Amino acid sequence: MKSTARRQSYGVKGAPYAHPSPTTTLERARSAPYFFLLPATLLFALFFALPIGYALWLSFRKVKVSGLGLGSGARREVWAGLENYTDALSDSELLHGALRVLGYGCIVVPVMLGLALLFALMLDSEKVRLAPVTRLAIFLPYAIPGVVAALLWGFLYLPDVSPFSYVLDQLGMPQPDLLDGGPLYLALSNIAVWGGTGFNMIVIYTSLRAIPAEVYEAAKLDGATPTQIALRIKIPMVAPSLVLTCFFSIIATLQMFNEPTTLKPLTNSVSTTWSPLMKVYRDAFGEGDIHGAAAQAVIIAFATLLLSFGFLRAVNRRQKQEAAR
Amino acid sequence: MPYTKRRRLVRTAVAIALGATTLAACGSESADSETESGPASLTYWTWTPGMDKVVDLWNKGPGKKDQITVTVKKQASGDTLVTKILTAHKAGKAPDLVQAEYQALPTLVSNDALADISKHVGGAEDEFAGGVWQQTTLGTDAVYAVPQDIGPMMFYYREDLFKQYGLTVPTTWDEFAETARKLKKAAPGKDLTTFSANDSGLFAGLAQQAGAKWWTTSGDQWKVSIDDAATQKVAKFWGGLVKEGAIDNQPMYTPAWNKALNTGKQIAWVSAVWAPGTLTTAAPDTKGKWAMAPLPQWSVSENRTGSWGGSSTAVTTDSKHQAAAAKFATWLNTDSEALNALAKESGIYPAATNAQTSGAFLKPPAYFSHQADFYRKAADIAETTAPSAWGPNVNVAYTTFKDTFGAAAKSKSDFGAALDEMQADTVADMKKQGFEVAP
Repeated sequence: MKSTARRQSYGVKGAPYAHPSPTTTLERARSAPYFFLLPATLLFALFFALPIGYALWLSFRKVKVSGLGLGSGARREVWAGLENYTDALSDSELLHGALRVLGYGCIVVPVMLGLALLFALMLDSEKVRLAPVTRLAIFLPYAIPGVVAALLWGFLYLPDVSPFSYVLDQLGMPQPDLLDGGPLYLALSNIAVWGGTGFNMIVIYTSLRAIPAEVYEAAKLDGATPTQIALRIKIPMVAPSLVLTCFFSIIATLQMFNEPTTLKPLTNSVSTTWSPLMKVYRDAFGEGDIHGAAAQAVIIAFATLLLSFGFLRAVNRRQKQEAAR
Repeated sequence: MPYTKRRRLVRTAVAIALGATTLAACGSESADSETESGPASLTYWTWTPGMDKVVDLWNKGPGKKDQITVTVKKQASGDTLVTKILTAHKAGKAPDLVQAEYQALPTLVSNDALADISKHVGGAEDEFAGGVWQQTTLGTDAVYAVPQDIGPMMFYYREDLFKQYGLTVPTTWDEFAETARKLKKAAPGKDLTTFSANDSGLFAGLAQQAGAKWWTTSGDQWKVSIDDAATQKVAKFWGGLVKEGAIDNQPMYTPAWNKALNTGKQIAWVSAVWAPGTLTTAAPDTKGKWAMAPLPQWSVSENRTGSWGGSSTAVTTDSKHQAAAAKFATWLNTDSEALNALAKESGIYPAATNAQTSGAFLKPPAYFSHQADFYRKAADIAETTAPSAWGPNVNVAYTTFKDTFGAAAKSKSDFGAALDEMQADTVADMKKQGFEVAP
C-alpha cells in the first residue's frame, strides 16, 4: 500500500488517516481517478460545453414582439425550431462572405506556406550567414497584433497618405487603389502573409533541425546536390509539419475577422458582412439579433470542422496509400 | 486534515451549485423595483469624456445632501453600448443610469430596459425645445430619458478658399450643387465635400431636414417610410453629385479625409454643432480659416435643419432607486453648474435651451475664435430643428445604410436603389421580429 504510506507521512498524529480500515482505502482507491479528473471535467463543462450548449440553445430560439413592441411584456423569447438555420442558409450574404473568404484563402495559404518553407530551407542550408538575426527578422511581424498590423498596412494602402503612392506619383506612374475590387484581396492577403509567414517558418524550421545528420551524410555520399537534398529529403521529411501549418492556416482563414474589420472604416469596398464572422458580429452587436447570429456561428463552426478534418483525412489517406506502395 | 479537506470540497461544491442557481436566476429575475428614498448608490454607464469630474460635483454637492452617490463606468459609444445594456438587462443587472442616443431610445424601450420617469422629472420639460423633448417620450405620456446634448446640423466651409475661387455660401441645395460644380471647374483637383456612407446619422439628419419621417405609428401598427419622397429627394441629390463627379465619394474619418481637410483638398463639410472639436484634430493647420453657416435649404422659403448625434440620460427598469436616478439625471442636464461643467470638461453642446447661450457658450470655440457669434447663431439654428421619428430597429436601418450606400457610392450607381434596399431590409427585420407593420 504505497499510497497509504505516503499519506501517513503527511498525516497529523491521531488523524483518521493514520489507521485506515481496509475497505475505505479500497473505495478511495477506486474513486481516486474520478477525483483527479474532476478539475478537468469541471473546467471543460464550465468553459467549453456550457457556452457551446448555450449558443446552440440560443440558435433555436427567437424574439417575438407583439403589436408596437413598446412597454413591458411586449417582447417574448419563443422556440424557433430550425427557422434561424433556414434563414442563415438562405441568406446570400453569408454565402458571398464565405466565397470571398475562400478566394482570400486561395491566395494566402499557398503563398504563406510556400514562403515559410522556402525561408526555412534557406535558413537550414549550410551556407547561411547571420541565421539567428534573419530568423528573428522574419518572425518579428508575428509578434505584432493583427489589428495593429491591419491598421499599419491600411495607412500604407490609402492612396492619399501612402508613401508608396507618393513615390509612384513622383515617378509619374499610376497609383493603384489597393483597397478596391480585386487588389483588395491582394491587400488583405499581404497583411496575413506578412504576419503569419514567420510563425509557420519556425514550425517547419524546427522540424528540419530534427532530421538526423546521418541522413544528409548518406545522401551526400550518394552524390546528391543541396537542391536534391532539399527536394527529395528535407521536404518529404517535414511533410507532417507542412500538414499541421496548412491545417492551422485553413482554420485561421475561415475565422478571418480582424483585417477586414480594421480596414472597413477606410474604404467603401469592405461591407459590414465581408466575411462570415463579420456578419455574425454585425447581427449580434449591430442589429441585436443574438439568435440569428448564434445559428450562423454554429453553421460556421460546423463548416470549419468539416473542412479542417476533411483536409486531415484526405492527407492521411494519401499517406497511407504512399506507405502501402 | 482529511476532515477539513473534505469539508472544503463540500463547501466548494455547494458554492458552485449556488453559483449555478444564481446564474439560472439571472434570466428569470423580475424587473420589479421599488422606488425608495434614503441612501442610494447608483452606477452610470456613459461614454462622455470627463463625466467623472462632473459627477464629482454632484457627489460633493446635491448628492451628498440627498445621500445619492453616483459612480461613472466609462463605456464605448454607439450601437455596441445598446447591445451591452440589453444584455445586462436580460440578466437583470443593467446599471441605474445609461447614456443613450435619441435614435436608440425606441430600441431600449421596446426591450423594456428603460423606466418611465415622468413622475420624477418635475418641470424639466420646460428647459428643452419641444422637438428635443418629444424624442424622449416617443409620443406617449411616459418620459424615458432626460435630453443631454443635441447636434443641430450646419454647413462648415473654408472662408478663405471660398473667396479665392469666387464661391458664395449656398443657401439652397441647388446652390450647393452649383457651388460644387463651379469649384470642380476652377480647381479640378479639389472637392467641395464628400458623400460618406460610414456614418448613418449624417444621412438620417439630412433626410430629417427634408421632412422625412422614417418611423411612425398608427394604432397598433408601425409605418416605415425610409423610402418616402423626402428621403428619395435627398438620396437622388447626393447620388447625382457623386455620379457626375462634382463631389468625392470616399468615407470620412480616415487619415485621407483628415489630410484632405487639412490641406484644403476638401473645402466644406456638412456637419453638426460639434464639428469644431473634430476639425481641431482633423485639420489643425487650418484653424481660423473655417466659418459656419446654416445648412442649405430645399426651398428658399424654408428654414429647417436636421440633427446628427445627441444623446440623453435614461434610468433603467433594473434600477432599485429610480426616483434617485431620475433626480440625478434631471440635475445633470438642467442645473446650470452641471451644464457648465459638462461644457468645460466634456465639450458637449447642451440640449437645455438656456444653457446654449450662457456660461461656456458666450465665447466661440477656439477653432472659430474669429466668428464671435458662433454659439448665438448655433442656438438660432438649433431652434429650427425638424422633428425626428425613430423606430425600434434604427440599428438595422443604420447598418444596412452603411453597406448599401457604401457600395453605391463606390460604384457611383443609383442611390435610389440603395434606399429601396434599406427600406426593404428594415421592414423585413421588423416583420421577422413580429412587429405589426403597415403595408
